[in-house]
Amino acid sequence: MSTLLAAAGSLEPAARSYLSPTGQEIVFLLVGVLVLGAAVVSVTTRQLVHAALWLVVALGGLAVEFLLLTAEFVAWVQVLVYLGSVVVLVLFGLMLTRAPIGRSPDADSGNRPAALAVGAASAATLVTLVVDAFRSSWIDLSGPAGTTRLTGEFLFSHWVLPFEALSVLLLAALVGAIVLSRAKGDGTKPRPGNLRTVLTKTKER
Amino acid sequence: MNPVNYLYLAALLFTIGASGVVIRRNAIVLFMCVELMLNASNLALVTFSRLHGNLDGQILAFFTMVVAAAEVVVGLAIIVSIFRTRHSASVDDSNLMKL
Repeated sequence: MSTLLAAAGSLEPAARSYLSPTGQEIVFLLVGVLVLGAAVVSVTTRQLVHAALWLVVALGGLAVEFLLLTAEFVAWVQVLVYLGSVVVLVLFGLMLTRAPIGRSPDADSGNRPAALAVGAASAATLVTLVVDAFRSSWIDLSGPAGTTRLTGEFLFSHWVLPFEALSVLLLAALVGAIVLSRAKGDGTKPRPGNLRTVLTKTKER
Repeated sequence: MNPVNYLYLAALLFTIGASGVVIRRNAIVLFMCVELMLNASNLALVTFSRLHGNLDGQILAFFTMVVAAAEVVVGLAIIVSIFRTRHSASVDDSNLMKL
């Protein structure tokens, strides 16, 4: 950890290259444009299943950005959790609620002006805040960081209690989802005689 | 590398997700927009972690992902059970508490 601390922000101002882009910056720019475009399409398209698939592109691009920031562990957790399970769950939800496969004209509600206002206000606030706060800071990406080994050691030496609380939370979410989505009614316990009545009814037909 | 670029990307993604929450009508697509916002905050957390040279931000991003997964599971269960009773996943149709 001490090497990490030494590497952060320690570059001389003369060594910082503002003008000549490195390979990392080029990849960042390309993937960033891809992520933004995919997010915009995913938010505005009228085909709901396509929106979920564009979300995959955006989240995958974000995993690449995490890799560029040398956060390997977070990047692979992103791939496993988001691309592997959350998007699949969302697609299952779309299918279970019988979302229309083709274009659905009523996908958007009528408050586009409100959305524009919210977007403009949020973008203006965040961007001015970011420019104001971090204009002169600098990241040195050369040091080792974010590997699974380092992250695991850090996680289990400083964050054990939140980790255990999260595992309990996951269990609670699992049980809650099962309870919520179970079918209501008496179909849970098979009663004797049910099968016989069904059989006699089919015979009568 | 200047961290401002990553923070710009995070801010714009958050904005896109926020306006998507206002625009969209289907509850599951609202979920997808919330996921976008959570991912934008994750990107900012990882950037800050790299900026300060320790791993706290990355651990927090990991925790955010786990909580988001739990949220999606419970939320989808709620949406599916609402769909069973009201036969619609649109947020405009769940208006029982309206006068």
